[in-house]
Formats: sequence, structure tokens, C-alpha cells
Amino acid sequence: MQATDNHPHIRRAETGKLMTGAEMLLECLAREGVECFFGYPGGVTIPFYDALYSHHIRHVLVRHEENAVFAAEGWARATGKVGVCCATSGPGATNLLTGLVDALMDSIPLVAITGQVHSKLIGSDAFQEADTFGITRPATKHNFMVKSIAELPQIVHEAFFLAASGRPGPVLVDIPKDVFQARGHYTPVDTIHLPGYKLFTEGHAGQIRRAAQLVLEAERPLVYAGGGVVLGNASAELTEFTELADSPAVCTLMALGALPANHPNYISMPGMHGSYAANMAMTDCDLLIALGTRFDDRVTGVLSSFARHARVIHVDIDPAEVGKNRNPDIPIVGDVKRVLGKMIKVMQEIKAENKPELGEKKTEARKKWWNTVRAWKAERPFDRIHSDTEIRPQHLMDAIDKLSGGQAIVTSDVGQHQMWAAQLIGFNEPRLWINSGGLGAMGFGLPSAMGAQMARPDKLVFAICGDGGFQMAIPELATIVSQGLPVKIIIMNNGYLGMVRQWQTLFYNNRLSSVVLEGFPDAEKLASAYGFQGRTIDKPWQLMDALKEAIDYPGPYLLNVKVTPDENVYPMVPAGGAIFDMVFAPETPAAVPA
Amino acid sequence: MLQTISILLENKPGALLRVTGVLSARGYNIETLTVAKTLDPELSRMTITVDVEDRLRTQVVKQMNKLVNVLQASDLTDAPAVIREMVLVRVRCPQDTRTSVLKEAEIFHSRIVDSSVEGFAIEATGDPEKLDEFIEVMRSYGEIEVSRSGSVGMSLETRKLRLQPPVPAAVPSGPVPAI
Repeated sequence: MQATDNHPHIRRAETGKLMTGAEMLLECLAREGVECFFGYPGGVTIPFYDALYSHHIRHVLVRHEENAVFAAEGWARATGKVGVCCATSGPGATNLLTGLVDALMDSIPLVAITGQVHSKLIGSDAFQEADTFGITRPATKHNFMVKSIAELPQIVHEAFFLAASGRPGPVLVDIPKDVFQARGHYTPVDTIHLPGYKLFTEGHAGQIRRAAQLVLEAERPLVYAGGGVVLGNASAELTEFTELADSPAVCTLMALGALPANHPNYISMPGMHGSYAANMAMTDCDLLIALGTRFDDRVTGVLSSFARHARVIHVDIDPAEVGKNRNPDIPIVGDVKRVLGKMIKVMQEIKAENKPELGEKKTEARKKWWNTVRAWKAERPFDRIHSDTEIRPQHLMDAIDKLSGGQAIVTSDVGQHQMWAAQLIGFNEPRLWINSGGLGAMGFGLPSAMGAQMARPDKLVFAICGDGGFQMAIPELATIVSQGLPVKIIIMNNGYLGMVRQWQTLFYNNRLSSVVLEGFPDAEKLASAYGFQGRTIDKPWQLMDALKEAIDYPGPYLLNVKVTPDENVYPMVPAGGAIFDMVFAPETPAAVPA
Repeated sequence: MLQTISILLENKPGALLRVTGVLSARGYNIETLTVAKTLDPELSRMTITVDVEDRLRTQVVKQMNKLVNVLQASDLTDAPAVIREMVLVRVRCPQDTRTSVLKEAEIFHSRIVDSSVEGFAIEATGDPEKLDEFIEVMRSYGEIEVSRSGSVGMSLETRKLRLQPPVPAAVPSGPVPAI
């Protein structure tokens, strides 16, 4: 065995144990601490699955490869560990694409293993051949094709390193069948050397000091926390920082729970369907402290009028995000946990020195700012109003919020239910709210709940799906049953592709084109066909009991909740508008307050 | 305005596509691209000229720098740098214009690399605008064929190459216990 072009630094010594490529891959996975992964076998991965047959690592057989990625994402999002999935060549690999891009958009650490046809057949349009390496290049943080068993361990460990370090993301390793079958000596990998892979962690000390000064001096500061805070496990630092800065805070869709929902400094989610208070605070603050966030268009609205009066501190681990959408006054490239830790220290030092600029004038201004923010919160809170004839979607989310108490894991699909869930369900810890934020991939809710429940058997897991997204994921009911996962599947069933319907109603003269979802199956029969419990409800007085029944049931439960079909998500910032230009519900339905 | 980006990257399969992918994903058309290995055969130096909107220029270079296979990408457009190109021109010329063509070739410091009864093949190097002129001049003598190398650039600044040092693999080296 010799070093290959791809990896010249591979040690030539053949000291290790003799094994097949398939066994070697499992050895690498075990050394990376993989306990469980999700996949679907096929022709070229049979040698790998053969080795897996007698291995301790748990493999979950999904019913569609796309759901293997989503499940691995659910695992990764719930734990912070690298999620792993596996698919065969050709169609198996192409089915992974949506999930890979999803993980790329939300920076989820993931390693995808794909089989490839025999090296000698590559490029011959062989059966189930696809150019996986080429197709997944823009869908991954990085990808590899393994050319020989000699480079296999190095590549696999590099893949895990790349997936988890820096700004996390999906990494794909494409392995030809003959590499699985080849025999070679496993030599443990002790170093990872990727000279072009630049990691920025510490943050510039001078910039951190300037930022700390600015935070203390600001009259109307606002913390704008993004998914990076969750990914970087920086929730404790965020909480401490926010308290020390005496600043209100918003958490984006990707950061719900980074600051506990019940924290007094927390406002809510900002953006297109963010709260009035969050969007107004974004607009009126004089200092925006952006942490691990990328100024996404769904958060900022039209950029020219976003946070117009604010100076911006932007902390991000990815230098390409800094200045991408908004030029910050103080850019800090580094790991948000470390940077916040340092900033807290500097702020404490400055406070101890008791500088005059922290005097009365500022204190007065801060007090005024807090009063303004509280007034906004009180003025237009999210709508939680219950109807006494129908189950309003808001009622459903409110009920789940009450039962969860900020503790349950909630995964969601994409659309109206996702927005209502994000608005109304509180999360008191990070990694409880799991959704497809950047890509907005329907069908994500159910499989990601599987992954999350596998990772956290101790947790109550709700998969909140729309009737559209759920029908994209129905095959996984079999996986849920066969793995004995007690996921509580809650379908917010409005008979529509609700979000598209909402846009058609508001912006396309109510021409409801291809959004009516007829033919939804009988939930009870569907669940019983798979061997578990299900129920459909449509009356508000049934809701609490039905949810409690679902939670108490010792296994998966399918609760189909028929909600008011034509409810819209408000507030709403029309696409391309400024975030302070929110559209509110035209009228409050006849209702009793929650 | 055309932007010139110089990239030092690992000489690995797919590395070129990763770099050009940053541009094609944003709908930019590459005007010229040259790539060849450096003194270190494991590395390649690439020069790309591309028309990128001003406000996105830094972003594009940052995205290239993020690529695992890229050691350094730098924008040479407004930096002190030399940018040169080579062109091969085949010009068909009848007997009566041969002398003039040779004269013109000399003015542009180009070299005749092939001569036949039909005409010449001429090699010229220079900055790209100069080559445009050279091509124009040759065109006036009749039918020509042109093959350009694309710009090759070199920064005149000493830029510190920031490389990631090797890190210990976070994997236990002993036998892994069954979970």
C-alpha cells in the first residue's frame, strides 16, 4: 500500500490490524464516537452492510434516503454531535441531496457516506452510477472520493473534523465498492492536516474590547442571537452577556431557546413573522449585537431600512458572513462562545473601573429603552386567542406550549405551522427546537423527530407537521414503529399548503392555485395500519385532552388536528418590505381570551 | 470592470471545480482562467479574470478562501501586481504582405513560431490590452486564428500565507470498547 496523490501524508507503515475497507470504515466511525446512524443499503454498499451485521454500531433502516439525512440532522441538532447517514450509489446518493443542502444552509455537522460503483466502472454509465462527487460538491461543506483503502481512514477522520469544526456543515465521503472489499492495515490517524482550512476561533482582542465598550455605552442596545449560538454551545455565555449588558434580546428562528424563552430580557423571534416588539426593537436600537447570525433576508427585510440607526457588532465564526449583507462597525471573526466569554470579562473590568460614561445619562436612556420595549411587547403580543367553535392553529400551538413547559423537543416541517410553533411555543433550552430554517425543506419534521428521539430517549418529542409536509414523510411511520420511537406526531391539518395559500390570498387575488390538499387519509386508520394509535379532532374542547392522551400513550401517536383552514400567520412583513412595516391580522376573531 | 483573482490551491481532483463553482453558482461568467502547478507539485496557482459586481467582490474572494482546498485567494485587481498573457496568432498572408507582418510582429516583440507559404504562426506576450491591439493589427492583414492563454497574474506584495497547522485527530488511538 502506498501513499496516494490525494493524501501524501498518509503513513506508509503497515502496522495495524488487517481488515476490509468496510470494517475499516466501521472502525473509524466507532473511533469518532458514532453510536447510531441512519441509512438505506443498496448494491454497492452490501459489503459495508455485511460488516455492519456483526458490529455494535446501531444502524437505523429508514424508508427513503432523504429521511436518513433528515434523521441524522435531527440527531445532530438535538445533541450537537456529528450526525451520520449512509446511502448507496446513484439514486441513493441523489436522494440525499435535499438533506445535504438543508444541513449546509443551517450549518449542521453531518457526515454522509455513499457507496460508489467499482473504481473500474466509474465513468462508464454503470448500473446505479451517478457522479456523486460532482453532484454533491455545491451541496456540502466539503466532499471526498476515496480512491484506495490506504486513504480511507484519513479521509473519514478528516470528514468528521471538517463537519464539526469551524462553521459546521455536511461532509460527504464517496466510497467505491472495491474500496469496501479491499483488505488493508488500519493505522490509527493521529493528526489532521488541512493547510487550506482556516479556522478562526479567538476573535481580535482589540475589537472585543471596543465592542465591550460600545455595549456598555449604548443607549438602546439589542442582542440579535442566531443559530451560531446554538451550534457553538454558547447559551450560557449569551445569557450572562445579555444580563451584564442589560440589553433586550431577540433569537432568530434558528436560535430559539438559546436564551430561555422565559428569560426577562428575551423579546421573541424577529423577522418576516417575528413579533412587533422584536422588529421594532431591531429598527430602533442604536447598537445591534449580532451573534452567530447571518442577516438572513427573512430576518432583515429590505436591508436599506434594517436597523437604520444602529451601529453593528457582528460576531461570527465564518469570515465570509461578516459584511456579507450588512457592513458591521465592529466585525469580530471568532467562535461566539469564546468571544462572548472574553467580552464578558472585559465588560466586568470596565464596570469595575466605574467609568463616568456609565453615568446617569446613560442609565436614564436605558430605562427609557426598556420601557419602550416592554410597551411594544404589551401592545401587540402574538395572537394566542382561542375560538370556541374551531381549533385555531394558534390554539394548538398554545396548548403544546403549555404542555411542554419549555422542555419538550419540537421538530417542525415548513410553512404556517412552523411559524406559529416558533411564535408560540417557548423553549427554555437550546437544541429543543428543530426545524429546517435556511432551506425550508418540507418533509423535515417527521424524520428529524426520529433522529432527535433516538438521540434523546429521555425527552418528550413532538413532530409538528403540516398536512403537506407529513404526507411527504409518511413512509417513515414504519421506521418510527420498528424502532419503537414514542414520537408524538401532531398534524396541523388545514387542508391546504397553508403558507402558499396565505401568499395567494394576500398577494395573488386569492387565486388558490394547486394548494388544496384533498384526500388526507383517516389518521386513526393510518396509524392503526402501522400498528399504533391515532386520532382526529376538530373541536377546541377536545384539544387538551387529546394532546394529553397522545403524551401519555406509551408509544408513537398520530394526532390529526383539523384547524381553521383559512387562518393566516401574522404579523407579516411582505417580501421585500421593511421589517417595521408589518401587516397585522385584519380582525380578531370572535373568541375568548386564552 | 474585470477582476483578477489569484488563487493558490491544492492540486487535487475537483479543486478547480470548487473554485469555479463559487463563481458559476452566482451566475458569473469566467473570462479567463489559467492553472498550473507551482514549485511545490502538490499545489497549483490559478489566475481567474471575471466580471463581478463591485459590492460582491470581497464576498467572492472570501468564499474562495473558505474552500478547504484553497490555501489563499487574493484579489489582484487594485493591488500591485503584474498581469500578463500569451497569444498565438496564425495569420494567412500572401507574399506581398509577409515583410510587413514580420515588421509588425517585431514591433510587438513577438516571435515567429511557425512559417509556411500560407503565412505565420506568431507568439506574443504582454498585458492583455496590448495583445488586443496586436490581434487587431494582425487582423488587418487578412484571415487570422487566435488562441489566447488567459491572464497569468502575480502579486508584487509579499503576502503572508496563513496556513492551518496540523491538529491532533480527536480520536482515541486505543481499541474502541463496544458501546
